[in-house]
Amino acid sequence: MPEERTRRDFLGIILGGGLIATLGATIYPIFKYLIPPPSGEANVSQVKLPFKKADIAADPKKAKTFRFGRDLGIIVLLPSGELRALSARCTHLDCTVQNKPDEGLLWCACHNGKYSYDGRNISGPPPKPLQVFAVNIVGEDIFVSKGKA
Amino acid sequence: MAESTSRSSGAIKRAYRWVDRRFQIQALVDYMSHKVVPVQKFSIWYYFGGITLFLFIVQVVTGILLLMYYRPGADSAYESVRFIVAEVSFGWLIRALHSWSANLMIFAAFIHMFSVYFENAYRKPRELTWLSGIALLALALTFGFSGYLLPWNELSFFATRVGTGMAGAVPFLGKYLLVIMRGGEEVTGATIERFFGLHVAILPALFTVVLSAHLIFIQRQGMSEPLEWKEKPSGEKKYMKFFPHFLMRDLLVWLIVLNILAVLAVFFPDGIGVVHWPLGVKADPFSPPPPVIRPEWYFMFAFQALKFLPAHIFSIEGELVGISVFTIGGLIWAFVPFINRKSRIDEPSKLFMYFGMFVILFIIVMTILGYLL
Repeated sequence: MPEERTRRDFLGIILGGGLIATLGATIYPIFKYLIPPPSGEANVSQVKLPFKKADIAADPKKAKTFRFGRDLGIIVLLPSGELRALSARCTHLDCTVQNKPDEGLLWCACHNGKYSYDGRNISGPPPKPLQVFAVNIVGEDIFVSKGKA
Repeated sequence: MAESTSRSSGAIKRAYRWVDRRFQIQALVDYMSHKVVPVQKFSIWYYFGGITLFLFIVQVVTGILLLMYYRPGADSAYESVRFIVAEVSFGWLIRALHSWSANLMIFAAFIHMFSVYFENAYRKPRELTWLSGIALLALALTFGFSGYLLPWNELSFFATRVGTGMAGAVPFLGKYLLVIMRGGEEVTGATIERFFGLHVAILPALFTVVLSAHLIFIQRQGMSEPLEWKEKPSGEKKYMKFFPHFLMRDLLVWLIVLNILAVLAVFFPDGIGVVHWPLGVKADPFSPPPPVIRPEWYFMFAFQALKFLPAHIFSIEGELVGISVFTIGGLIWAFVPFINRKSRIDEPSKLFMYFGMFVILFIIVMTILGYLL
C-alpha cells in the first residue's frame, strides 16, 4: 500500500526544515566568525632591519631575529663575513631556530632539528628546508626581501 | 514519516531508559511535570520571564564570541572592537546582536518585573523569588553599565566618567567607591580592565548563581495564581501543564524573539533612535566631551531626575538627596513583599497599586523629558 502523506506530515516537514534552516543560519555566522581574517601584515615582501651589521657581529651567537610580516626571520653573520637571512620558524613545529656558530649550523632547540646555513634540513625531525631570504645592504641599512636569495 | 518518527523515538526512548537506569531521572521528570501554568486573561505576561532568560542566553553566546577578539586596554579596546565590526566575518552581526539583545533583555526584565508587581505575584510564599529577581535586575543593569565602557569610544568614556562620578557623591564612602570603580582617580585604561573583569567574570558568576536560585524557586513553588482566583471554585480554574505544553509555547515565543532580534541586528546594526551604539571616535581623555552625553535609556530617568534637583536642598547637596531618595525607593520596591501586609493575606492593596503606577509614570515621564530637554 503506498504511503499516504497527511497534513501532519507536511507540517512536520515544514517545522523540521525550518528548524534546520534556523540552526544553519545561526551556526554558519558563528563558524565564519571564529575563523580570524587574514592579518594585514601578511603580504610584507621586504623589511628594513632595525639594527646594523655591527650589532650582529657583537652578538655572542652572531645572529639576530627580526619580524618579517607575520613571520619571524633570523639573520646570521657567516664565518666568511657574509650576511645570510632565513626564516626562523622551524619547519617541524614552528619553534624558533637559533645559530650555533661553533657547529656552523642553525639549530632548533625544541626537537634538536638542524639546518645548514643555506637552509637545508640536515638532521633531526624537520621535514623541509628553511626559506632563504635575499639580503641587500644599502649604506649601513640591511634590507631583507622574499624571493631568490 | 510516521514510521520514521516511531523509529527515531524508539532510539530516543532506549537512550532515555539507558540514562534512567543509571540516574533515575524519571523522578526528576515527574517532578518537573507537576508544574502548571494558570490560564487567565493576563497569561501573556507569563512569557516575559522566559523572554528575558532567552535573551540572557543570547548574551552569553554572543559575549563569548566577542571575547575571541576583544582586547581590553586603552590602546587596544577601541581598535579590537573596530577590528571585530570591520574585519571579522559577521563581527558586525555578533556585536549588533549583543547590543540589541542587551537592550531588549533589560526591557523584557522591566516588563516581567512590573507584571509580577501588579499581579501581586510576589506575595507570600514567593518573597524570595521576587528578591532574587530584583538582584538579577541589579546585576543586569551593572552588566549594561560595565559593558558600555568596553568599546572605549568618546561616548562611553564620558558616560562612564559621569556614572562613576555619581558614585563619588555618596557620603563618606564615595571617594573610595570612585577609586575602586575607576581603578584610580580618573577613567583610564585601568578602568577598562576593571569593567572588563566585572563584565566577563564576576557578574556572569553571580548572575548564574542568582538565576539558578530564581528558576529553582519557580520550579519548586509553581506559578502564582491571580488574586481573583481565591474565591473561584476549583472546577472553574483552568491550568496548562508547563511541561510540555507551556514550554512549547515558550519556545515558539523564543523563536519569534530570535527573529525580531535578527531583523533588528541586520537592518540596524548600530541601533536606532535613542537606542544606539555607533563605534564613533576613540576616547580621548584630553579632548572636550561631545555636546550631548547621555546614559543608556534605562538609566535615563535617574539621570534626568538628578538633573532637576537644585544644587542644595536644606543645605544638603542636591545630588545626595536624589541618590538617597532613589536608594530608599529602591529598597521599598525590593522589600515590597514584606511591606505590603495586605498581599500576605491574599488581598489586593490599592496603596501599592498606586505606588506601582506612580513608579511607572515617573520612569516614563523622566525618560521622555531626558530625551526632549
